[in-house]
Amino acid sequence: MSDDLAITVAKMAVMLGIMFNVAPIMNWVERRAAALIQDRPGPNRVGPLGLFQPLADAVKFLFKEDLTPNNVDKPLYLMAPVLALLPAFSTYTVIPFGPDLTIDGRTVRLVVADVDAGVLLFLALSSLGVYSMVIAGYASNNKFSLIAGIRASAQMVSYELALTVAVVATLMPVGSFHLGDVVAYQREHLWMALTQPIGFLVFIVCAFAETNRLPFDLAEAESELIAGFHTEYSAMRFAAFFMAEYTSMAALSALGVTLYLGGWSLPGVDLQGWPGAALGVAVLVGKIALCMMVFVWVRWSVPRFRYDQLMRLGWKVLLPLALLNAVAVAAMVLAGWL
Amino acid sequence: METAVFALFAFLALGSALVVVVHRNPIYSLMSLVLTLFSVAVLFVLLGAPFIAALQVLIYAGAILVLFLFVVMLLNLQREESPGGQAAQRWAAVLGAGLFGGMLATLFWRTYREVDTAPLSERLVSLHALARALFEEMLLPFEIVGLLLLVAVVAATVLARRVEP
Repeated sequence: MSDDLAITVAKMAVMLGIMFNVAPIMNWVERRAAALIQDRPGPNRVGPLGLFQPLADAVKFLFKEDLTPNNVDKPLYLMAPVLALLPAFSTYTVIPFGPDLTIDGRTVRLVVADVDAGVLLFLALSSLGVYSMVIAGYASNNKFSLIAGIRASAQMVSYELALTVAVVATLMPVGSFHLGDVVAYQREHLWMALTQPIGFLVFIVCAFAETNRLPFDLAEAESELIAGFHTEYSAMRFAAFFMAEYTSMAALSALGVTLYLGGWSLPGVDLQGWPGAALGVAVLVGKIALCMMVFVWVRWSVPRFRYDQLMRLGWKVLLPLALLNAVAVAAMVLAGWL
Repeated sequence: METAVFALFAFLALGSALVVVVHRNPIYSLMSLVLTLFSVAVLFVLLGAPFIAALQVLIYAGAILVLFLFVVMLLNLQREESPGGQAAQRWAAVLGAGLFGGMLATLFWRTYREVDTAPLSERLVSLHALARALFEEMLLPFEIVGLLLLVAVVAATVLARRVEP
């Protein structure tokens, strides 16, 4: 908590560097992977393998006309994209990304915001993400967007519960809300994904719903709602929603990796000092990249749920499963098995 | 620094709370309420209780108000019309509110003028201490509140369930 400003800025630079590059890279990865899965070439014209496609897209977004429809609720309409970016670019602060470093005889913990209630802070900030969708849907003054907004609000609240309960179960054996302690625990014991497979499963399913990705992208279901809550948005404002989606995916992946897959640590490798820190960041990025691939893979393989199925799955399957998992973990912790 | 942050968020909380009451569009009122809760959460952090702050945002701003928003949008509430009323009535209301506010201000001034302004947070309320207090000293009240919530959930389910003929 008492780091110098310079150190804090440096730490933020590392994490922001990762988070800012997620959206352009994923833009390319998603389209190429989709093409691969659907057996077609995908974007391969701009640069080698189409690698410069994100740059071209960024230029396109910047120079497109920024349309504001006449009948929108203007203040809210303009606010919604900003609200989308806010949680996406603030949650990364509690994710630890390397071992403790010693600089000038002081120990520096490699996490931007070294707070006790780190997990809660993450959940609190990410729970605000839904407002952008609901507000965008309302402000657009368009029935499809409005339906999307209503869907988003109900969906988020339902899945957040199961997600939170699953997360709580991972904290029980650790005995701390600090994500650094969770990683430290997993360096000594098994990864949480192995000891709590059911919780991990619930977490993954909820992560898809929370980031509004197929099979749970009911808030933008293009076959029913045009483009859902961002139908009326164009140019950079649309790009903001786009970036927010990928960045929140990365942020939630980072949380999942930290809670269930050992975070920045590698089993059997003792990461220490500067090389350890560099490797820690690389391992964390690698694990997040793997999770992102799963997001893409599932999106192009699984069809969309119907809305009633979505709500039933959330309340009648995932929440009871998460609760059972939490009770089982609590019992095992009491028995001293974990 | 801390005083500046406190002042900023205290005013933000009060200002947005005022908007909640006076704005004619329920969606704007709701978003202002989110801002109010967020500002109060920042004040909790300044008071050394980051845990309460996180819970405040997570539960109130992140869940309960989303449900409010859901209901407001589902019911398709329109802008509230101006209540109208006579000019004399309005002046009387302003006068009454002014008198009451003035008395409150005097009261607070008299009470808190003498209190020295210590730094807002001397130490953090640790999660550990909170958990101990909650699950050891306050165990019975805690469980009773839990039971109360359970009863409320059951009651809501019973009321919401459609009776099949």
